[in-house]
Amino acid sequence: MDGEQVRGWEGRCIEEQQPACNATCPVHVDARGMATLMAKGDFEAAFSLFARVIPFPAIISCICDHPCESACRRAERGGAIRIHELEKACVNFGFEALPFRPLRARDKRRIVIVGAGLSGLTAAMDLALKGHDVTLLEAQSWVLDRLTRYDRHVLPESVLAADIARIHGSSIELRLGSPLTCDGSGPELADLIEAYDAVYLGIGPEPLAGIDGLLTVNANGRIAIDPLTFATSHPKVFAGGGQRYGTGYSPITSVHDGRYAALSIERLFQGASLTANRESQGPQTTRLFVNTHRHAVAPPVQPLDPARGYTHDESIAEARRCFPCHCLECVQVCPYLEHYGSYPKRYIREIYNNETIVMGQRKSNRMIDSCTLCGLCAEVCPEDLGMGEVCLSARQGMVEKGRMPVSHHDFALRDLAFSRSDAFTLARHQPGFASTALLFFPGCQLSASSPDHVAKVYAHLCERVDRGVGLMLGCCGAPAHWAARNDLFDATRAEFRAEWERLGKPPVVTACSSCFRMFTDHQPDVNVESLWTLLERVGLPDGHGVPRGLTIHDPCTTRHETAIHASVRRLAAQRGAAIAELDGAERTTCCGFGGLAQFANREIADKIVDRRIGQSDADYLTYCAMCRDNFARRGKRALHFLDLVFIDGDPAARRDPGFSARQENRGRLKRRLLRDVWRENVTEPTEDILLTVAADVQADIEKKLILEDDIRQTIRHAETSGRKLLDKKSGHFVACHRPVAITYWVEYTIENGHYVVHRAYSHRMDLEATS
Amino acid sequence: MTEKPAATAEAELVCAKCQVALVPGKVKASYLGNSFEVDLLRCPGCGFVYVPEALALGKMLQVEQALEDK
Repeated sequence: MDGEQVRGWEGRCIEEQQPACNATCPVHVDARGMATLMAKGDFEAAFSLFARVIPFPAIISCICDHPCESACRRAERGGAIRIHELEKACVNFGFEALPFRPLRARDKRRIVIVGAGLSGLTAAMDLALKGHDVTLLEAQSWVLDRLTRYDRHVLPESVLAADIARIHGSSIELRLGSPLTCDGSGPELADLIEAYDAVYLGIGPEPLAGIDGLLTVNANGRIAIDPLTFATSHPKVFAGGGQRYGTGYSPITSVHDGRYAALSIERLFQGASLTANRESQGPQTTRLFVNTHRHAVAPPVQPLDPARGYTHDESIAEARRCFPCHCLECVQVCPYLEHYGSYPKRYIREIYNNETIVMGQRKSNRMIDSCTLCGLCAEVCPEDLGMGEVCLSARQGMVEKGRMPVSHHDFALRDLAFSRSDAFTLARHQPGFASTALLFFPGCQLSASSPDHVAKVYAHLCERVDRGVGLMLGCCGAPAHWAARNDLFDATRAEFRAEWERLGKPPVVTACSSCFRMFTDHQPDVNVESLWTLLERVGLPDGHGVPRGLTIHDPCTTRHETAIHASVRRLAAQRGAAIAELDGAERTTCCGFGGLAQFANREIADKIVDRRIGQSDADYLTYCAMCRDNFARRGKRALHFLDLVFIDGDPAARRDPGFSARQENRGRLKRRLLRDVWRENVTEPTEDILLTVAADVQADIEKKLILEDDIRQTIRHAETSGRKLLDKKSGHFVACHRPVAITYWVEYTIENGHYVVHRAYSHRMDLEATS
Repeated sequence: MTEKPAATAEAELVCAKCQVALVPGKVKASYLGNSFEVDLLRCPGCGFVYVPEALALGKMLQVEQALEDK
């Protein structure tokens, strides 16, 4: 992960893009923020937000030409928010006289503003607040002459007075009745240029006399003004307002011109570029995606008395109609992204900081390891940004730097080691064949969950596929890939390849979606097919289905494999299933196993499963053993597709076997196949430590990621060495054992030759009594 | 990370090998190259150190995780 890559990812998260109202406003009033505050009844805070941008909030609230409303996305769901009316209400119920608190200018300059209209006064106020000396020349004997022509019902005098008081309370030196002249009877532009550091002309749309030779003019006789910088042909003179945009009066555009001309004047003083970094100035289009259909249609609130505008309560009701506009498409569909309370752009920054921190806690480690890498966020993101890519890249960085917390993936990687060991691995041609035309690779999780199905599917394939069906038991390496352990991933792939090559590089058929993904993405020369599309071609075993209604859940690792989705649905229909959909195959979720999230963060993984199983009351049908078992673990009735093929009792009630049984099932499957298929003399190992584990203890050790085999080793160690404690109160023995890097504790009693386990727990810290 | 023996008051632990009651004593705890001394119940004879579950899954786990994130 490098800075450029991070900026690329951040740039694709559009949540921080302005909402349409804010983007469209020439000075970017945060109307969304105001509505959010008003919806809570906090008019003072809403007013403060308004006044942060608008120098004359009372006036603008009455006369703004509100281009924001024409951009409001609420228009698609009942009618645009009445932002203008809300601004009026925010002033009515939250107005507070704004104090004049200028900054201390490091380089105080003298500026003259000509014209006390909205653009001139905005420029004057902005520059005065920066601490400069501002003189304002106005031809009339009052300010804001143009506004006095408004209907008093539209712009009451009290409103004008409130904001004019602010001008009088400022440091601006007002020279009223002081028109610009060209005959020596009053101030002339040339004199002003001479006497001041900068000049701003906010003189309305009429052409200005007496500027020949000083300023370039347009064909229409107005001063030529750069629309970005408000510069004229004279480097010290700026102009805007009606002189720039003409006679169609727009109060908010005048404020905009004054504001950004003042910015140019500041830049002139600082010797900075007038044109740089002004992309966000003025009205913008926004990339913010808003799924307006998430929101119910609601028409605008009509004020009871339109002449008076909204009452306090009416304005709250209208403000509550604001969605408010956010993207958050990914956050809404992912309990992981929701859990940490923010959105990808911020997460990406946190993850990058986590990677580059030199000293201190790497606080995002667990967050990085809690992503299931399922790809749903990218699926729903308007910009295809996937947090899985970010998290996997961060994990690689953590592993490379030796910063990956060992406890996050240790258990899953030890399970991987088991699946790579001789206890499970097997690669054979079909008995009676010297070559393999098709290699069945069931995957380690189906073998762990339903070893019987693996044996039956293999027998079926041998019957239906000509020229020899080989079998390979092993792991595709997915856990190593998800843990960013490239060393283990490479080693696992190399083991697969060695056997695959020995068997003649046959096409591979797999029953596991994760294996399918790993082979497709990481072993491009392996011709891999899903068992489900193959079964549709060669046919299911003879038999009938049981008619039943099922809701289908597709595994996330084959999210875009439409042929697989279609095959499974057709095959399920052949076996009597009437299939209902959730959000469709391509918008499926993870079951929590993906990315090893359930090992790094059980809480989040459970939230993900729980949300998924809460989507429908029907029994779920899936075709991934991990998905099925995770649903079952959280109490959902769920079937694996093969349960429809090999009917046995009420398979939806089948419990999650748990991690210990998963390993035992794999070993037992290998021995069974060697005995039954290859006719080898293989005996089941005898167990010296017979355990009795009650269901509640079983569930507890499962959650703590302790295997029954760890418990056996601990008891064996205690019983052979004699090193154990006795709790005289309970009569329980307490034993501990540290085979490698984890100390296991087991509390047990011995009853009729069985070891009854009352409790087990573990820690990683190593302890040693000191003298 | 001090576990007061009182916290294990419910248990009355003796070392099955040495047949003596556990007593509080100094124990060196180490993880990922960091080590520190804590007081825990241990056998005065063979030095068997007892870690109650509440400690293993509480403070001890917190310290392990903090050290992993360091």
